[in-house]
Amino acid sequence: MKDLISISDLSRDEVEAILERDDSFVEVSEREIKKVPALRGKTVVTLFYESSTRTSSSFELAAKRLSADVVSVKASGSAVDKGESLKDTVETLSAYGPAAIVLRHPSAGAARLLSQWVDASVINAGDGMSQHPSQALLDVYTLRSRVGSLEGLKIWIVGDVLHSRVARSNIQAFGLMGAEVTVAGPPTLIPLDVEELGCRVEYSLDGMEEADVVYLLRMQNERMEGNFVPSLREYARLFQLNEQRLGPRQLVMHPGPVNRGVEIAPSVIDCEQSLIADQVAAGLVVRMAIFYELLVGGDTVRTGPEPVPTIGEPA
Amino acid sequence: MRAQPEEVRDSIPDPLVQRAGDPADLLVRAAHLLDPVTGTDGAHDVEVRGGVIEKIGEAGSLDPGDTAEVIEADGLHLFPAFFDPHVHLRTPGQEYKEDIESGSRAAAAGGYGGILAMANTAPPVSDPADIEALRHSAGLEAVVPVGFLATLTRGMEGRELVDMSELRQAGAVGFTDDGLPVADASVLAKGLRYQRMCGGTIALHEEDPALSGAGVMNEGAVSTRLGVRGIPSVSESTMIARDTALAGYEGGAIQVQHLSAAESVEVIRRAKADGVDVHAEVTPHHLCLTDEAVTDLDPSRHKMNPPLRTESDRQALIEGLLDGTIDCIATDHAPHALQEKEVPFEEAAMGVTGLETAFSSLYTHLVVPGAVPLELLVGKLGSGGAAFGIEPFAIATGATANFCLADLSATWRVGEEGFESRSSNSWCAGDELTGRVLTTVANGQVAWRLRSFSLEVA
Repeated sequence: MKDLISISDLSRDEVEAILERDDSFVEVSEREIKKVPALRGKTVVTLFYESSTRTSSSFELAAKRLSADVVSVKASGSAVDKGESLKDTVETLSAYGPAAIVLRHPSAGAARLLSQWVDASVINAGDGMSQHPSQALLDVYTLRSRVGSLEGLKIWIVGDVLHSRVARSNIQAFGLMGAEVTVAGPPTLIPLDVEELGCRVEYSLDGMEEADVVYLLRMQNERMEGNFVPSLREYARLFQLNEQRLGPRQLVMHPGPVNRGVEIAPSVIDCEQSLIADQVAAGLVVRMAIFYELLVGGDTVRTGPEPVPTIGEPA
Repeated sequence: MRAQPEEVRDSIPDPLVQRAGDPADLLVRAAHLLDPVTGTDGAHDVEVRGGVIEKIGEAGSLDPGDTAEVIEADGLHLFPAFFDPHVHLRTPGQEYKEDIESGSRAAAAGGYGGILAMANTAPPVSDPADIEALRHSAGLEAVVPVGFLATLTRGMEGRELVDMSELRQAGAVGFTDDGLPVADASVLAKGLRYQRMCGGTIALHEEDPALSGAGVMNEGAVSTRLGVRGIPSVSESTMIARDTALAGYEGGAIQVQHLSAAESVEVIRRAKADGVDVHAEVTPHHLCLTDEAVTDLDPSRHKMNPPLRTESDRQALIEGLLDGTIDCIATDHAPHALQEKEVPFEEAAMGVTGLETAFSSLYTHLVVPGAVPLELLVGKLGSGGAAFGIEPFAIATGATANFCLADLSATWRVGEEGFESRSSNSWCAGDELTGRVLTTVANGQVAWRLRSFSLEVA
């Protein structure tokens, strides 16, 4: 595997290969010196054309914990502000000979395009409303850590599916791992023919008691170009996950950042059943595993049961 | 077209302008002549002297005599030259994409004997002086005859009508804000009423900007899968419904450009049944491709407006072509430079080129599989001027020579030898197509020879 661009490019075996490495990196994260030399001498460029807190910081930290040299470029404050094209920016950064470029971009397909231009591994950290594969992988990892397997698990993805790259990646990833996915939200926020991605559609939360996992999506005000819901108040009344709607055995997930009191009641965020903090923690180890898989791992075929990464002594 | 007062019609110049050149003297021998206008379908010799078709005879019957050039065309097809009413020549202002010379050369390479240029240039063509300047340039540069439309509203701002009458007298063939819809219905209604005085069919890019929003491809299963904002098909059809109703009410003449959706074909069908003076265009790319092609997110080939739609839309367009609802094929040739296309899909410019590949692509995708008869294709490629009062070309004794010679058995890879157009954003770049135009004679002049073919002839 050279690039990570879309969940739709991955087989179940390839997802398993990344997830299997994760546990080794959990162990690293628990050490006093949380650093290994796996990517020593390699350069990782992170190129963010959209604002981000958790994704950019976790990719950066993941690369640093693997001892890579990290160059972080944000669109604001760089030559991008001066009108430089993506291609020209990337050609400039390619002069550093990066082993990997992590790209977040507001346009669908930007990471795929980048992969046609550069020799480096390209990691899609979110492209427009299209894909966010590392988020999907960390969500699968988080769930597996809690429940073991996703086989037959009923997962409801609730909220603004239309504008959500997380929804697109996660519908595919959860389905790939054997879960049954339902998306729910107001019809104006559910894209046409979304069933073709392999999910059911509901326009209310009636019937959500069947769900093992409720995955909430943020109301993406910055991507809304019109009135998709009459009011956030009405949306919250119909679709907010609160203590009354949350069943006792259901798990709650959210990719963040959270709009407290809109898609989720504050009390639910921090409850026992919430995996939201676990997701953030998983973000770091899964992104370490992604770097390792793309830049070191090479062949994903396993011969033995032992964890493969040769992590070595602290650097 | 509607009757116009005699004195206005008399003062309007010839719609098309071409550079001066040598009239052709040649004998095309034993070509399969297929002319939907005259109803000819069989092997013939055609002799051209001084740019005029002097004789048409049975294959092998005409003696070359002192004719300057003999083209042995046994096994080749001779069609009346095509006419494209919808081309972007990008001048003035964007000559880095195309100009009159390069665009008309691309047209000649595609078998066209005439084209009409759109007015959404930089600045837009809104003044009589602009039309005069363009016609002057065309008289020096145009490889095939070119006509120019003016914008309908000043600066394409959608608010005030241009000086329609003066523009007509300066030579504007018609009016269009193509690239943008006329969002304000009252503006279009006034233009249609004013048209009673000065003529000039109004060509319409039909799209409701509120419904299209920030969409960049067809709204449907593919846009959902890709996570790309969609343009619903009703964005087009509802606007056509509005504008055909306005044209019917005002008694005006309109040309509806680049139909893309099944609903749109149905709206046109109803309007025609109601007697509205409406002509409709369809592009080669909408007839050959669907939104599944957008899966590769390659804006150079697959981003245009209106967007590629679904297979059922494509079938409806073919049906509309067959039953006469759609009058002509127009390429919407829209050249863009590499830097405008070598960017992520959503940021890229809309539009693809089509002049050089129109016949070959449609022959490959529609005629070879049996969806459309060859004669109908040739007819629809030739009838694009009808809405503007420009008759299709005919291969007939005494007529000015306007024809193209094509090899239907030739296969070629699009773009392999480069493009005549200044831009390379062809929707079928890299595709292998069957059927190729070898030579074009436009307005009595040899406008194009495929290099390898002319070497063979020499």
